[in-house]
Amino acid sequence: MKNFFEKLARIDRRIIYLIVFISVTIPLLTRKGFKFEPLQEVKNAYDFIEKLPEGSAVMISIDYDAASMPELQPLLEVVLTHLFRNNLKIIMLGHWPLGLPLGQIALEKIAKEMNKKYGEDYVFLGYRPGVAAVILNMGKEIRGVFNSDYRGKPLDSIPLMKNIHNYNDIALLIGFEAGATGDYWVQFGQARFGLKIIITSTAVVTPDMYPYYQAGQIIGLIGGLRGAADYEILVNKKGFAYAGMTAQTVIHIIIIALILLGNIGYFALRRLR
Amino acid sequence: MIDLIFMWIAAGLTLAIFSFLYKDNPFYKLAEHIYVGSAAAFWFLYLWFFDVEPKILTPFKPLFKEYGFFKMFLHFGPEQWILFIPITLSIFMLLRFIPPSAWLSRWSIAFLVGMAAGLGITGSLQGYVIPQIQGTLLPLYTGDLLGSFNNIIIIIATVTTLIYFFFSKEHKGPLGILAKIGITFIMIAFGASFGYTVMARVSLLIGRIHFLLFEWLSFLFR
Repeated sequence: MKNFFEKLARIDRRIIYLIVFISVTIPLLTRKGFKFEPLQEVKNAYDFIEKLPEGSAVMISIDYDAASMPELQPLLEVVLTHLFRNNLKIIMLGHWPLGLPLGQIALEKIAKEMNKKYGEDYVFLGYRPGVAAVILNMGKEIRGVFNSDYRGKPLDSIPLMKNIHNYNDIALLIGFEAGATGDYWVQFGQARFGLKIIITSTAVVTPDMYPYYQAGQIIGLIGGLRGAADYEILVNKKGFAYAGMTAQTVIHIIIIALILLGNIGYFALRRLR
Repeated sequence: MIDLIFMWIAAGLTLAIFSFLYKDNPFYKLAEHIYVGSAAAFWFLYLWFFDVEPKILTPFKPLFKEYGFFKMFLHFGPEQWILFIPITLSIFMLLRFIPPSAWLSRWSIAFLVGMAAGLGITGSLQGYVIPQIQGTLLPLYTGDLLGSFNNIIIIIATVTTLIYFFFSKEHKGPLGILAKIGITFIMIAFGASFGYTVMARVSLLIGRIHFLLFEWLSFLFR
């Protein structure tokens, strides 16, 4: 009996990895999804975008990199599809140089699918260092920070940018956050200039963003794979996030079961001693 | 063809990283070094093409082309002269590598610290502290039971958590009870945060396995 509980309390980590691997692989292979109701904070984000008038400018900030790609890249593609479907104009920039090419790849892919033209329907500004300073200066004049797009083309020669000078001309900012840049957007963009913000974040960052949502500083919050799956349901474009939620749920159940087993083993051993 | 090569590289590197789960090995180390090296190179290129070139070099280019290096200084306008401030501060920062003149870098650091403190204080007050206080001043009765309960929880959690961080008096008696309630809320917050962290890590795993199964392996068996 003691041996059994000892084994239970000290399961080899490689066995746990194997169980986790199998638990992720099987749901992904079977591709069985299940029904769930999108969260209110995600619905708010979706509804706000739905109500934006055609031709409104939406700024997208890419503040993540390859390490957060599985969580945020599929969501970025769905959000871009939604924005282009509603004929909104997209201005993409970012504060994480390693992530900007990911943003550009998604933007070009979805723009091609939706027959959108560079310079008229979307523009890619690129990167400037100095997060807070960049956000503050764009509130006065975007050209003060980005005098050209990523190809070096002056902003005044781009039709989409002709009448866009600062946050007064931006209907919404959507920040894709894997770190603290979302805080800067809220603290400088929203608090000082009244910029309307939707935050989409990795699951690690999401708990830090809820106070902003609760205080009404951001309109909507799309957090982690769950948020992405919710948004896929709302946009009616079920993809990776929706499929991944089954695997996510199975893994959570297994983690809880393993914690329980470990605790049973620990307490049983303590009693036997 | 190029996509195929990159897919194989990505799959190989993913498997090399996964091999660490068994134990530390040269494949993992190779993948780790490739990631760090390529990230550093990428940072350098991005800073050059998106910052140094457009913000520092481009304003000088037309004058340099027209008048040459020495005569261009006679034709500088305010746009060019003002750039000498960041250029000088940048050079000062690099002087840290030359010990006799390393002290000059303190000017750049002083500028950075001052700017960061100024931005941080105003940003935190205007964008965090005041809106969050406003967000906590909630009615105890909203008309619906769930909303009222939610508001009461937020208020109790905020007040008791603040009491937990009040160290000027020993946590005994009513203060001790309130501090204990506060630490319970803090633990719940940590638990929620940890739960989200687990979800994030599992999402990354799902992403990689999805890539291996549906992009790499499905290509192999096509």
